[in-house]
Amino acid sequence: MDRLKIATAWMGGCSGCHMSFLDLDEWLFDLAAAVDVVYSPVIDVKVYPRGVDVCLIEGAVANEDNLELLLQIRERTRILVAFGDCAVTGNVTAMRNPLGNADPVLNRAYLRPEDLHPRLPAEPGILPALLPRVLPIQEAVPVDYYIPGCPPPAARIRAILQQLVAGQVPTQTGADLTYG
Amino acid sequence: MDHIDLLETKNRELRTRKPLCLRVCMAAGCMSSNGQAVKDSLEKEIRAAGLADQVEVRRVGCLRLCCEGPLVASDPKGELYQKVTPDDAHAVVAALKNGNGELKRGDLQHPFFSRQMSIVLENSGVVDPERIESYIAADGYQALHHALMEMEPKDVVDTVFRSGLRGRGGAGYPTGLKWSTVAKTSGDRKFVVCNADEGDPGAFMDRSVLESDPQRVLEGMAIAAYAVGATQGYIYVRAEYPLAIARLNTAIRQAKQLGLLGGGIFESGFTFNVEIRIGAGAFVCGEETALLASVEGRRGTPRPRPPFPAESGLWGMPTLINNVETFANVPPILRRGAEWFAGIGTQQSKGTKVFALAGKIQRTGLIEVPMGMPLRTIVEEIGGGAPEGNQIKAVQTGGPSGGCIPANELDTPVDYESLVRLGSIMGSGGMIVMDQSTDMVDVARFFMGFCMDESCGKCIPCRAGTVQMHALLEKILKGQATLRDLQRLEELCDMVKNTSLCGLGQTAPNPVLSTLRFFREEYLHRLRSLPISPGIPILPNGSHHGPPVAEAAKT
Amino acid sequence: MAAKTLTIDGRLISAAEDQTVLQAAKDAGIQIPTLCHLEGLSDIGACRLCVVEVAGSNKLLPACVTRIAEGMQVRTDTERLRHYRRMVLELLFAERNHVCAVCVANGHCELQALALALGMDHVRFEYRFPKYSVDITHHSFGIDHNRCILCTRCVRVCWYIEGAGTKNVAGRGAECRIITDLNQSWGTSETCTSCGKCVQACPTGALFKRGSAVAEMERDRTRLEFIVNAREKKQWIV
Repeated sequence: MDRLKIATAWMGGCSGCHMSFLDLDEWLFDLAAAVDVVYSPVIDVKVYPRGVDVCLIEGAVANEDNLELLLQIRERTRILVAFGDCAVTGNVTAMRNPLGNADPVLNRAYLRPEDLHPRLPAEPGILPALLPRVLPIQEAVPVDYYIPGCPPPAARIRAILQQLVAGQVPTQTGADLTYG
Repeated sequence: MDHIDLLETKNRELRTRKPLCLRVCMAAGCMSSNGQAVKDSLEKEIRAAGLADQVEVRRVGCLRLCCEGPLVASDPKGELYQKVTPDDAHAVVAALKNGNGELKRGDLQHPFFSRQMSIVLENSGVVDPERIESYIAADGYQALHHALMEMEPKDVVDTVFRSGLRGRGGAGYPTGLKWSTVAKTSGDRKFVVCNADEGDPGAFMDRSVLESDPQRVLEGMAIAAYAVGATQGYIYVRAEYPLAIARLNTAIRQAKQLGLLGGGIFESGFTFNVEIRIGAGAFVCGEETALLASVEGRRGTPRPRPPFPAESGLWGMPTLINNVETFANVPPILRRGAEWFAGIGTQQSKGTKVFALAGKIQRTGLIEVPMGMPLRTIVEEIGGGAPEGNQIKAVQTGGPSGGCIPANELDTPVDYESLVRLGSIMGSGGMIVMDQSTDMVDVARFFMGFCMDESCGKCIPCRAGTVQMHALLEKILKGQATLRDLQRLEELCDMVKNTSLCGLGQTAPNPVLSTLRFFREEYLHRLRSLPISPGIPILPNGSHHGPPVAEAAKT
Repeated sequence: MAAKTLTIDGRLISAAEDQTVLQAAKDAGIQIPTLCHLEGLSDIGACRLCVVEVAGSNKLLPACVTRIAEGMQVRTDTERLRHYRRMVLELLFAERNHVCAVCVANGHCELQALALALGMDHVRFEYRFPKYSVDITHHSFGIDHNRCILCTRCVRVCWYIEGAGTKNVAGRGAECRIITDLNQSWGTSETCTSCGKCVQACPTGALFKRGSAVAEMERDRTRLEFIVNAREKKQWIV
């Protein structure tokens, strides 16, 4: 049987979930021995490849790039895992949603009177525009499994990956779940 | 007042009547289309014609064919004039003397009138709702006198029980059984409460009864109070019914003046007082426990039952709550006997039911028909079918708690059980007819929006579940939903129905469930293809790549 | 007080006749999830988490306000009940802005704990993201409406334990919100005794002590029970 192709992606989030993933330390060597990591912020691959078996997505869908990548990921991935609270609930990334759209946060960040050159950033084709509403992953595409937590503890990431690698349906019993 | 006084009042009223009478509808429907000006104009015209001592211009309640108002009925000619304007006064008065004025005459032989049967509405459009003498002339308060003087309370309960009368508020609980429970429960005080918080969209039966014949409701309440041992009554009526409230106030004042309410009624030991409580506009206050909380001056939210109000109601005392129409049925039952009433209707649903006929139908208005009449007779004969030759598609009964009955089930008899079998309910009597131009998903969305706005917010399934169901229905209407959304909608319907605290939440999914049951294809047509394969993503606006199911099916 | 026997989840147990199903189950060591229930307060049956199946009843009954009866057969943990309870939680999480990661009650929150206990690994309904305010006009406490689940524990504790009647509910449906006096800012209240019982009663991070940072808002639930016991049973030692 072919080795599993695993990917991780980083959208609107703080990268804390990836930090937690890296907290797996030397077990990452075991993982690397069993699977191919084909796309991730921690490896230098620019284009999301086809035929990925499992992708862990950190972060919520906050801008146009996130959405484009997510659609591509869903199309090219067998098992999609919402990885961490931002991906599962929107979490802190979605805290701007009650304000209606992206304008209040952009104005607050870039048009403060104390700024020397108050200007909204706009570089079409380079700088992705913010979506009016931040979405948890499952509001944009179908998701297969969820790992909530801010961040999910390393041990649980490991447990779920082990189950996925072994071809099992990952289960999280009550005590394994966390939010926040 | 004793019986002789009552009869004397009746006779005096009948004796002093003028030979000719113009009955002018002064219920809210005709009032809103300039009925008052019509009445003023008629009075002026009659004075000018020197007929003041021959013609009575009588303010009456609902003459029923609301869509043709303002309505004026002429006695003894037996004519009904429709869409009367103040300028028609001359012609109406001329017609009294067999003149041939240009008037739009109603056809009293039309099934709209001929197929009706009046018990609750027997005085509606006949008596002056603001004169108690007018009610007494129509044998008003005879039933109360009969009950107080010739019956024991338990006999009254027994009569109502044997009549087979069931609650007209919607659920159809046997009235006699409810009375008997309150009668048998001991308490320092007991209360009788009339639920006049009619709030279903399109329903105006109770309003019409209160505007047309308020004394009948008071008499029914007094009989009930005697039967169960209560001394104090409350009528809980919504503030949106100012005319009903004004007429009730007048009715209570007049009944007190004649000693028909208050201490020692008919010189018996029976005391009964009635007060009005005005609702502040919350639909949920039609739910009995919320209504009681509101009467007590608390926030109108329901509480779990048991205990039922019959055991622990107002201030913890045994309390009888019935709907306006239920109380309005009581005087004729006492006057004419349980057997007479039980002879009308079907095996399990006795008597008549008042419906407010509205929607896509030729003749809208107030109707009263015997239980068991097929829906088809009501909408096609009485209502005259859909306007402009359109096809009737469905009939909605029971308001936001009810369901849509499809055209192919129109032969269903109107009784409590038959309507429940079709996933609807009798409800309080709103009947909204829909033709082929009606979008059933939109109907479901409308009622869900109503429940969402009217949820009291106490329990989570109703408060938050209606919001989510409404959002899903909007998504379906916009063509952005998938089969997954439809499944969630159905899951929510099941959950909200089974876990909500009170009837509002428990029945809020009914309009969705019944339209899904009979018009499922209207939902499916709007769905976009399901992202079964992970390769088909949903876009953030809810839509996703791929053609709608219907289009995909064609290719 | 007479005792009655009943079956809960297949176990034969005896309970005092005036007990509710919830109390009887608790005494027997059977946990039924609750949110609006709090020991020491009168129950209102509002959150619907404690609904149970009772043989012979076609309706689900809230355990907190259902009296036990002789021979009653109760099921507290069926597949169907778990399904409904999870949906209750999903509806709550989608209703307002519950962001555990930045909440004062993170780790000490009954809503959060229930989500974990009932295996709610995500919410299937669209988050509503309503806009709500935070009132920190009171000198010691604050209320964040984003985290309120409208269980009305604070209202009940304010009215029936403290007797101040400061807290109440305004609006209806999804527009319901907890208010102070006649819908004014908390700091201007003349009825609030600043007793803090509402803060102790709150199951989430909605009511908090000012100055609490993330995960710092711990509560002592036994205090209310203690006060009620002291008043009603004259028991002063826990």
